[in-house]
This record gives sequence, structure tokens and C-alpha cells, in this order.
Amino acid sequence: MGLSASKTYIAVLLIFAGLVLSGCQSHPSESDNSLYLQLGERSGIADVVEDLLYLIVADERINHQFKGIDVAQFHRHLTDQLCELSGGPCTYSGRGMREAHSAMGITNTQFNALAENLILAMEANQIPPVAQNRLIKQLLPLYPDIRHL
Amino acid sequence: MTFFLNKLRARKFLPLLTLGLLASPVAMADVGSRIWATGGVTSIEGSAGGGLVPWAMLGSYADDEEWGGTLALSRAEVDDYTLAVAGAGLNWNNRVEVTVARQTLDLDSLVFALKDGFGLEQDELNQDIFGLKVRLAGDVLYSPWGQWSAGIQHKRQRDFTVPNAIGARDDSGTDVYVSGSKVFFAAVFGRNLLVNATVRGTRANQGGLLGFGGDLNNGYEVMAEGGVGVFINRQWLLGAEYRQKPDNLSFAREDDWWDVFIAWVPDRRLAVTAAFVNLGDVATLKDQQGVYLSLQGSF
Repeated sequence: MGLSASKTYIAVLLIFAGLVLSGCQSHPSESDNSLYLQLGERSGIADVVEDLLYLIVADERINHQFKGIDVAQFHRHLTDQLCELSGGPCTYSGRGMREAHSAMGITNTQFNALAENLILAMEANQIPPVAQNRLIKQLLPLYPDIRHL
Repeated sequence: MTFFLNKLRARKFLPLLTLGLLASPVAMADVGSRIWATGGVTSIEGSAGGGLVPWAMLGSYADDEEWGGTLALSRAEVDDYTLAVAGAGLNWNNRVEVTVARQTLDLDSLVFALKDGFGLEQDELNQDIFGLKVRLAGDVLYSPWGQWSAGIQHKRQRDFTVPNAIGARDDSGTDVYVSGSKVFFAAVFGRNLLVNATVRGTRANQGGLLGFGGDLNNGYEVMAEGGVGVFINRQWLLGAEYRQKPDNLSFAREDDWWDVFIAWVPDRRLAVTAAFVNLGDVATLKDQQGVYLSLQGSF
């Protein structure tokens, strides 16, 4: 009985050690622009977004959702948005995420397709995995708005 | 005689057939849209998870508009036993996972103990496992509270003579479990951290290979299982698992299991898992440790 209880304790410890570890690092300071620098500042982000657009056009799962957009404006808005989210000196001036995606009925498949293309675009631009992970973490709060959940 | 030949042939052909399917052009089609490595691998009981524990993720890369499937071959070689597993799974819309697995445990050294102690002539134990898992809520990557799933594993012994002789009550049983899994982005030195917790209700002895229920306890007990892993990058996951076990038989003490694993997921079609496993004491044989290797193909 005592043995079994201690084993359960070990299991719970193992599981929650991870949660605690992650909690310690989940609040970077407000003025931290190290991610922005890791992404290669605004020009580096603009290159990633350009490659992302090429990947989107070629992706049958999602390209229909982008038909008829103003490509130059989309490129500028998304670059500004990623720049701002990564701590850079930009201001996103496009529409709110929930409003912009409200009529699109974006599925999880489509969301993951875009996430995959973003990762591939970052890899093509030699963005290190740590910076990729940090940027995706900044994008997570947008998920419910884009999926309209 | 014919039966034995057929059985031998089937055993030789199943792995070949599986590998053949993996290598065929069919497997080169689209393999689903979920992000790399979020299908987990095929656990020893067929459900998507790690090696020893089912996780909340569903197998393959099928997303909410897709079908997907997996085939897997696994092998654990510990001091006195060898466990071989062949498993297959289907995933509908990343909502429902259906799996089948055949486990074969070679008794190796235990053969002599069984012959001397019980007068039994048996060199292996076989078990079939039919699994169903449903994603209840959430997404392992994107939901703040992670992904939650519930599942059952119905297990049927094919050779009950040995489990019966050592005191097991039933030759079949059904485990029920609830799992929660979440990836924390940039959590450990900028790397992504996967955390999984599973709670299982079970009567199974050594996962069911030694039958269900026993003289010490014959009812369901709640067991804690879990695992953590760190993505070195999107192709390599390094981690550990722990699985609490019941202790139903006075014949031999049953220990908890744990493993340390490394998984390589070069793309969505292939996953290779290697692990060091510690199964503790198994049916009187002490401190069973060894290596685990698993190959999984997704389509």
C-alpha cells in the first residue's frame, strides 16, 4: 500500500515537473526584442512571409481561401503583425483576427496547413528552431479567433 | 500439422506484408495535415502514444477533414523475455481512433520454470487487443488546456493455460483510460515540451499477458501513467514514460514499468522509436530490463 502510494507520487511528480518547467519560462519581459532579432528583424520576417505566400499558392488545402486578396497588402500586414508579435518596432494595421476570418469557416486541417507552411518558410530562411518555437508560441492566442471558436 | 504450418507462415508473412505496404506507392499519397510528430507512435497495446503508455493524441496525421492509418511493428527484448507486437490503426477526422494489435510474448527462460513447477509445456503467450479512442476536446498544440481523449482496450488471451495455472481469473478484460496531452512551445531552453498524463482502470496482469484478475485482487484498480518528452527539433523527440501496474497475483509480484525513449520522425510517413525499458519483476524473474525498437508507417 505504502509502496503503491509512493509510486503514484513519483508518477505525478514526473508529469508535473514538466508543467512547472514550462511555467517558469512562459512570461518573457514586455520589452524583450530578442525574438525579433533572431527572426532577422523586419527584412528577415518579410522574406519568411514572401516564401509563405508562395507555399500557400501551391497548397490545394488552403489556396482557395486566399483567392482575390491584395497580395502586396497581405504581405505588408502579415509582416507587420509578426514583427509586432516578436517584439519589433512595427504596428499591425490590418483588421482584427476574429473579424477577418469570421466568414471563412477555417477548419483545423486548414489551420495546420498554414502552420506547416509557416514552419517550412522559416526553415527555408534558416530561422533556428528555438526562434520558430518562440514565434509559434506568440501566435497561439490567435488560434481561437482564426478558427472562430 | 497444417495448422502449425499456417501459423508459422502467417507469422513470417505478417511483418513482410506490413513492410510491403509501407514501401508501396500507396503510402506516397497525402499523409494527413497535422503537424509532424503529433500522431505519437504506436504503443505496445496498439493505441497511439509512446511505447508503454497511450497518449491523448490519435494515430496517423488525419485532421478534421481527413482519414488516416498506421501500421507498426515493435519488439522489446528484456533479460528473460521477448515481446513482439504487430499493430494497425485507423483515424477518422482526428476524432476516433480504432486499433488492433497482436502481442506475442516469448517465455524464453520461463519455459523451464513452467515445466518443473506446473508441468506445462508452453513457450509463448499471445494476446489480441482491440482499441477505441475518442478525442473529447482540445488540440495538443493549440489549446491552452491541451487535448483530452478517452479510450478502451479490449484484450483477449489466446493461450490461457499458463495464466490460469498461476491464478488469473479471466482470459479477457477491458481497460478504460482517460489521457491528457499538451505541447508547451519554447518551454525548455527554447525547445518544445510534450507532457502526457493517463489514468487507467484495469484488472490486467502484466498488461493482460498473464490474464485478468487474481487471488490478491480481482476488481478494477486505478493506475497512473505518464510521460514527458522534449523535441530537440521537429524530427527528434527525447523522453521518458512511467506506468503504474496492479499486483493481483500471489504467484509473483508485479512491478511498475518505465522507459527512456528517443523517437525519430523524418517525415509523416515514418517513425522510428528506440527505448531502454525496465519492466521490473515479471512472473518470478527478477529485474527485467532491455531494449525496445518500434517502426511505424503512416498513410
